[in-house]
Amino acid sequence: MAADKTAPAIELINVSRRFLSPTGKSLTALRDFTMTVERGEFVAVVGPTGCGKSTTLNLVTGLASPSAGEVRVMGAPVKGIDPRIGFVFQTDALFPWRTVIENVMAGPLFRGKPKAQAQASARDWLARVGLARFEQHYPHQLSGGMRKRVALAQTFINGPEILLMDEPFSALDVQTRVLMHEELLRLWSDAKASVVFVTHDLEEAIALADKVYVLTAGPATVKSVYTIDLPRPRVVADIRYEQSFIDYSRTIWADLKEEVETSYARAAA
Amino acid sequence: MADAAINIPTGTFRPGTSDAEIEAAAAKAAAHRRHTVTFWQLAILIGFLGLWELAGRMAWIDPFFYAMPSTIAGRLYEWITEGTSEGPLWYHLYVTMEEAVLGFVTGSVAGIIIGVALGRNRMAADIFSIYIKVINSIPRVVLAPIFIMILGLGLGSKVALAFVMVFFVVFHNAFQGVREADRAMIANARILGASDWQLTRSVIVPSAMSWIFASLHVSFGFAIIGAIVGEFVGSRYGIGLLINIAKGSFDAAGMYAAIVIVMVVALVAEYLMTLVEDRLAKWRPQPLHETQ
Repeated sequence: MAADKTAPAIELINVSRRFLSPTGKSLTALRDFTMTVERGEFVAVVGPTGCGKSTTLNLVTGLASPSAGEVRVMGAPVKGIDPRIGFVFQTDALFPWRTVIENVMAGPLFRGKPKAQAQASARDWLARVGLARFEQHYPHQLSGGMRKRVALAQTFINGPEILLMDEPFSALDVQTRVLMHEELLRLWSDAKASVVFVTHDLEEAIALADKVYVLTAGPATVKSVYTIDLPRPRVVADIRYEQSFIDYSRTIWADLKEEVETSYARAAA
Repeated sequence: MADAAINIPTGTFRPGTSDAEIEAAAAKAAAHRRHTVTFWQLAILIGFLGLWELAGRMAWIDPFFYAMPSTIAGRLYEWITEGTSEGPLWYHLYVTMEEAVLGFVTGSVAGIIIGVALGRNRMAADIFSIYIKVINSIPRVVLAPIFIMILGLGLGSKVALAFVMVFFVVFHNAFQGVREADRAMIANARILGASDWQLTRSVIVPSAMSWIFASLHVSFGFAIIGAIVGEFVGSRYGIGLLINIAKGSFDAAGMYAAIVIVMVVALVAEYLMTLVEDRLAKWRPQPLHETQ
């Protein structure tokens, strides 16, 4: 058990993932992909659109299994859906027929907690994301940013040790997105979870993460890894004007740009 | 950076554009619209019945075949106050409704259960789809004589016919609804910790519910059709029997009177169904109304 305590939160070791396209052709989404996420570390994954970024997350959840290589969570190979994992989706994945509080209660209830306990805990989490007054609302009555907060509360209530986020804020407007970044960093620093944050927005990646993985155009593999040495706590709204941020941004973009162009040229061909 | 201090003149709203005025105008326009719609609905009904009555009285159409609203109303009054030649009207109505409701309930419950089960199980769906297609291609009414032969003249044969009328409609919608359930929502529920049964019960079925309800609306009408067709073919009681007897004695007013009764019943059922649906679907967005 000693190894289990110190092992990294997530390890992907030489992972490849192939799948069938709707026309029956075999496609390679990931090739020889290696990534390590330490406990409590915030890792961002950037790459051109459609390169296979989301596939990495599905492998960690156990919703998909690798065609080659190994995926380990907390030192043990992934077998099915791990209860220590939380996932925030790009699209709206709330249950529209449930009220806000019923949505947040879903996780604990699915996991067999008594209703009163689930409700108390959901109230607490709604207060933490500033939605205490909206308990009895339905998702369609909330704005996009509020719905994302509900999604965060719905995920954090399960106390995940690993948090996977698949372009969670890409559908939000720029101002709301910055607010959500602050919200996420605050929740993350309390929860001490390990995070993998997939995005195509480089500035978002630098502002949030300890490490940024740049992926190649599909089939995706790791092109380079950057350690972001900006002090925490970070104020996301202001950090983007700091010189060190701009330097990181310029360096990593030079790297990412090649891949984006490759991917673009391929799509145009 | 002092540009920010530029004075922006504060405009005054044109008259008639304050919040209160816009709301009052919208309320008034909505009321006016409602009245106009009701007026024309009534006008068309009265015009149609009046023209029918006139055409019958002026002998433009033969009242022997087409009856007249007044004779139909007379027949309805007679049935309600004195009963039909086959006994009290209410009993016939009760029998038909019992058949339709039993067929509707059993058909839709079976349709939902089997639709959801096959929707969740790809392999079973692929295996059974061919049989469902084949059985579905049978026009349901041709089963009426068979059911009557097997189950007799009583309740059973009509319920069976109403059941098959309802089952396939509900089954198809439940199946489709399950298939259309949002992938991200399902993945979300599974990661949040839902077991297969929890997933079906609290995600798949609710998300298929609007599909299922759409089918329930139509299928109560189908259940009534099933009951009445069954009664045509062979029965001792029921609205279908009344129509059959009226046909046998060339009583046009009696046939139309029976149709009116069925119409009223179907409309009431539709209304109740909408009430239930509105209650269940209160999570759905209400459309906003635009002001001009």
